[in-house]
Amino acid sequence: MLEKIWDEHVVQAPADGPTILYIDLHLVHEVTSPQAFEGLRLAGRSVRRTERTIATPDHNVPTTDRSLPIADPISRKQIETLRANCSEFGVTLFDIGDVRQGIVHVIGPENGYTQPGMTIVCGDSHTATHGAFGSLAFGIGTSEVEHVLATQTLRQFKPKTFELNVDGELPRGVTAKDMILYLIGSLGTAGGTGYVLEYTGECVRAMTMEERMTVCNMSIEAGARAGMIAPDQTTFDYLRGLPQVPTAFDEAVERWKQLPSDPGAVYDRSNSYQGKDIAPQVTWGTNPGQVRSIDDQIPSPGDFSDATEQKSTSNALEYMDLKAGTPIHDIPIQRVFIGSCTNARIEDLRAAASVVRGHRVNSDVNAMVVPGSGKVKRQAEEEGLDRIFKESGFDWREAGCSMCLAMNPDKLAPGERCASTSNRNFEGRQGKGGRTHLVSPAMAAAAAVAGHFVDIRGWNFSE
Amino acid sequence: MQKFTVHSGIVATLDRANVDTDQIIPKQFLKRIERTGFGQFLFYDWRFQDDGTTPNPDFELNHPQVEGASILVARQNFGSGSSREHAVWALDDYGFRAVIAPSFADIFFNNCFKNGLLPIVLPEAQVEQIFQRAAEHAPYTLTVDLENHLVRDEDGLKLSFEVDASRRHNLLHGLDDIAQTLQHEEKISQYEAARSW
Repeated sequence: MLEKIWDEHVVQAPADGPTILYIDLHLVHEVTSPQAFEGLRLAGRSVRRTERTIATPDHNVPTTDRSLPIADPISRKQIETLRANCSEFGVTLFDIGDVRQGIVHVIGPENGYTQPGMTIVCGDSHTATHGAFGSLAFGIGTSEVEHVLATQTLRQFKPKTFELNVDGELPRGVTAKDMILYLIGSLGTAGGTGYVLEYTGECVRAMTMEERMTVCNMSIEAGARAGMIAPDQTTFDYLRGLPQVPTAFDEAVERWKQLPSDPGAVYDRSNSYQGKDIAPQVTWGTNPGQVRSIDDQIPSPGDFSDATEQKSTSNALEYMDLKAGTPIHDIPIQRVFIGSCTNARIEDLRAAASVVRGHRVNSDVNAMVVPGSGKVKRQAEEEGLDRIFKESGFDWREAGCSMCLAMNPDKLAPGERCASTSNRNFEGRQGKGGRTHLVSPAMAAAAAVAGHFVDIRGWNFSE
Repeated sequence: MQKFTVHSGIVATLDRANVDTDQIIPKQFLKRIERTGFGQFLFYDWRFQDDGTTPNPDFELNHPQVEGASILVARQNFGSGSSREHAVWALDDYGFRAVIAPSFADIFFNNCFKNGLLPIVLPEAQVEQIFQRAAEHAPYTLTVDLENHLVRDEDGLKLSFEVDASRRHNLLHGLDDIAQTLQHEEKISQYEAARSW
């Protein structure tokens, strides 16, 4: 599949050096674009394909009352700069107040911009999300953002392919998030470096598009710039009727059906897993590869043979203030964050709401839900999910990246421990000194009620 | 872009694996709209104590022997996580010209070449050798010679490294990618005309 998409987008392939690859869709946000637009201005260049470029502010935006000005003057300036750049260069902007505003990796798919067979880039490492549709999507730096704005191409070396096949069925209560955390735990944070991951197998085929996006989203946490899943009927059903899909939709579907890898296609590497082996996952350390099952215990440095791994483990335990041998479900938490480009779509919110319905957030816990986009928020409110969250004691917020990376006012205080549906548990990611445990939306919701991690497989769901 | 040909400088070692770009430049400093001025915030949470201004004496870059260091040596998977090019801008602005590690994360690796910062991959055993020599001979100086693909010290250490020919060419001559791609503008237009969307 990578081969087919790659070949279709080659503008020029010199014998020595990178290929000039055409880019179909360029997503832009406020943090990694100002220096790129400034570069264009200094060189007297324009945006080559404004209709293939979509912008939205997401990283910095407050998730509280949108009628108020942004309190942080530097955040405000960055968002105003995006606004000015989009207006000067003629780029479509989904601004604060537009229902289409939201996390860039949520709004691309939900509006039908993201389509099978495309090349998609964004100055953000979680661009891999869009690979769920059978597109080649990857994160780039700001210099490359400028390159795409100016030329609608990128200079790229062709990555290798790595198939991750998950057969069988995921047990009840085990989600796409658990599956990808489990795979990252198996590969390590650099296991996918240099590869595009292609997720295959019965577990993947059985997933909805939103679940597939959760899986592809975290490919970068295994070191892979891109992750992809072959398009199928699930993909086409999801896309049909979305605002930006081709008007000749059935013809497009016939084209997209040609994308999946041919039978017997050879990958540079392949690993196989069984869905039944996967349990709900909780990260215990300071990278997403440091992960264990809910019924497991915190490891000790001595569990690892490699010296670097031992040192990483003892550093992580110290930062996380955890003792080896502690059962994971005994770990108390003070904060819960349900949100991010990994898990802030409507199905994620439904899953979390079904857990908290009829329960109260623990009195020691401060919990919040941040929908992935204005549309997700509106849909959730139409379904009454906001009421379930608010009645049980969750904060119900406006759309944005929020406490996934804590660039806006939503952040952990030093020492606070958080069950988070986001994608990175790096030191200080959610606030200096904050301690992040990555989990699925259902596991985060259950932890909010219990005040510590619990195994969702034994949860008492109320009707 | 600044050229890179041969560079000699003091080595700072960072004995950690998986140093992510959130550590290299924490998010509160990503709000600037310029490319410059990020060096003061490099490794901020490790470099400074909780007040944000007092240097943390335990942090490797604060050791007096590595003052003025321009070559950083670290363990595997350096630069993982976020795509923020600000991480490269911060290293560059602080004064680093080269980073040596057994492996790098892809996006960070790529971003380095766009800014004249040379990332060098060496086998783990050789990186370990540099760590040991740096510990024994502080301040320890290395010379990075891109023309000859060599890292060497004054005591006979001589390690060769590989770098893609086109990237090497661009670094040696300080060439700008966009200008080069725009030389193929006609090809891009032909491609756009031929594609049926």
